[in-house]
Amino acid sequence: MDLLRFITAGSVDDGKSTLIGRLLYDSKSILADQLEAIERASKSRDDGEIDLALLTDGLRSEREQGITIDVAYRYFQTPKRKFIIVDAPGHIQYTRNMVTGASNCQLAIVLVDARHGVVEQTRRHSLIASLLGIPHIVVAINKMDLVDYSQDVFSDICIQYAELAKKLNVHQVTYIPMSALNGDNVVDKSSAMPWYEGATLLEHLETVTIDDDANGETEDHHPARFPVQYVIRPQTAELHDYRGYAGKITSGVFRKGDAITVLPSGETSTIDAIEIAETHFDEAATPMSVVLHLATDVDISRGDLIVRSDSQPIISQTVEAMLCWMDTKEFKVGNKYLLQVGTFRTRCSVREIAYQLNVNTYEEIEDVDSLKLNDLAKVILRTAQPISFDPYQKNRATGGAILIDETSNVTVGALMLVGEA
Amino acid sequence: MKLDYLDQLESEAIHIMREVAGQFERPALLFSGGKDSITLVHLALKAFRPGKFPFPLLHVDTGHNFQEALDFRDNLAERIGEKLIVRYVEDTIREKKLKEPTGRNATRNGLQTFTLLDAIEEFEFDACIGGARRDEEKARAKERVFSVRDEFGSWDPKRQRPELWNLYNGRIHKGENVRVFPISNWTELDVWNYIRREKIELPSIYFAHERELLVRDGKLMATAGGVIKPEPDDQLVTRRVRFRTVGDISCTAASESEADTLDAVINEIQATRISERGETRMDDQLSEAAMEDRKKGGYF
Repeated sequence: MDLLRFITAGSVDDGKSTLIGRLLYDSKSILADQLEAIERASKSRDDGEIDLALLTDGLRSEREQGITIDVAYRYFQTPKRKFIIVDAPGHIQYTRNMVTGASNCQLAIVLVDARHGVVEQTRRHSLIASLLGIPHIVVAINKMDLVDYSQDVFSDICIQYAELAKKLNVHQVTYIPMSALNGDNVVDKSSAMPWYEGATLLEHLETVTIDDDANGETEDHHPARFPVQYVIRPQTAELHDYRGYAGKITSGVFRKGDAITVLPSGETSTIDAIEIAETHFDEAATPMSVVLHLATDVDISRGDLIVRSDSQPIISQTVEAMLCWMDTKEFKVGNKYLLQVGTFRTRCSVREIAYQLNVNTYEEIEDVDSLKLNDLAKVILRTAQPISFDPYQKNRATGGAILIDETSNVTVGALMLVGEA
Repeated sequence: MKLDYLDQLESEAIHIMREVAGQFERPALLFSGGKDSITLVHLALKAFRPGKFPFPLLHVDTGHNFQEALDFRDNLAERIGEKLIVRYVEDTIREKKLKEPTGRNATRNGLQTFTLLDAIEEFEFDACIGGARRDEEKARAKERVFSVRDEFGSWDPKRQRPELWNLYNGRIHKGENVRVFPISNWTELDVWNYIRREKIELPSIYFAHERELLVRDGKLMATAGGVIKPEPDDQLVTRRVRFRTVGDISCTAASESEADTLDAVINEIQATRISERGETRMDDQLSEAAMEDRKKGGYF
């Protein structure tokens, strides 16, 4: 069975938690005791209805405020597929948490309130989904019950969104009219909207092609990449010469006999063996965690990147990247940070902020020399040592990087590497 | 080439363990002899063999553990030839003159935190790998894979680090530590399916057996070793049961079951309408935020 990871995004009151609750409830993924617990909690509220949103807000302060603060992960499965729901907060001040949640997802559900149509948060969330390279977008036009299930309202919003998608270069968009509160078109087909002939949300989630496996045959988009995590050297009498490089294949395929290059040193060798705990394989692909053995002794340690020699990444000390700034301290030209790409860490300094992106209009604002929490910008960084990477839009695995504050040790920035500057 | 979801979860967990090995000086793997931590040990074998584990196994023993689980724990550590450290809540209670909870449903589970934090200090552990899963409980659902704790072991849900792609940031200041959860994304059923697929051995109490129990508040509690003292209105019974989780005896309930094989257990779990912790863990039901509050206090 395969696995789909998807994120739900939307403004504070778009009904995101209710949608997730509905999806779990109608797909019978909520167990009796969990249901009793929310029934109990719902009773302390005024209207007496079961509040499905209570299923998802796990923290005390979230329940107090009735909003989602941090990303939560939920799990359910149907006979067709397993799902990981990344439940991200909608509020502007938690944009960084949405970026965190979106980084591993193959699909994003963008909730739109049918009464309000495309709003600021829709634009912001769609921008993040597109920057993070999420291949599929579902525009869930919710609260259709509050607009008399009107087809015209639905069509208008589809037209508004299509324009936005064009600007963002997002191609795979699916529109579904629904009422999460009443369960229309979430799991069960709505009788209130006979004019809608498409799939329900769950049908769509079960059947959408997961096409970013990053291990297909197109080597151009899925070059073989293996960041070295750890060197296994038992150094016992019988395994005296054993030296295995442990890591995860983050994209592409490696086969026994492949000619490889180790970066940044540029040394070459061939793959002698591929194993997992002493079981050997002739080939291995993303996302397998394996141990590689090379034909010759090469100096390799954690942080190095092993690639197939016929598909070299970009190697550079000056890089251009889209940045989502995630710290309350300002990001400034001249500041220094640690940059981590794969398992490699090096110091870097901020050379330039090429432009800041207005998250609502998508305009590029120039002459900016510092960024605040949740700002998005294109930046140019100079690294202390050369880094090996692929452009993020081609390869999420080797094009994503983080910035770490060396004094607080906090992860302060998400980088989508674009290329050599 | 498409990997099955169990392979994907396995690969992710191995990757996380190797990040611990690569980023920390003195990690430990929290090992209780329960199914989740047994799965962790199995994953560590896959991550590091034929090398040794780059960490010892650490068990915080409340003194109220099932003997079957303790025997299993010792045998497994010996069989794989890895180091096992055990620290006892009993010792902490004596040395620190801690007050033990008393009365009905009293449990030492909460006192574990003190022993764990002491062990972290004693061995200067900078990372502790644990078998917690996000599907267990709603506060767990919010936790990162690398969960930074301050010098008091405290979790601050509002100050969690962003965690992007498969990049984990384990940098900490001296005195802080990181709790690492390689099987965060696994569900109870995933763990059981994986155990079946990999033919992983488990302690016998996970399978149906006859046992003397007492019925308290509708739950079946083990009397093992006199940990739970029967009260006048408790009814003593003998039933055929298995344990769905294996924690501290004082707060882990048994389920009536005929399932004495892995297949039968999996069938039961697929059919159940009650969650794992809902069925068996008394400690989570004390209040709406019981788990969150324990984690803020340093619980793993």
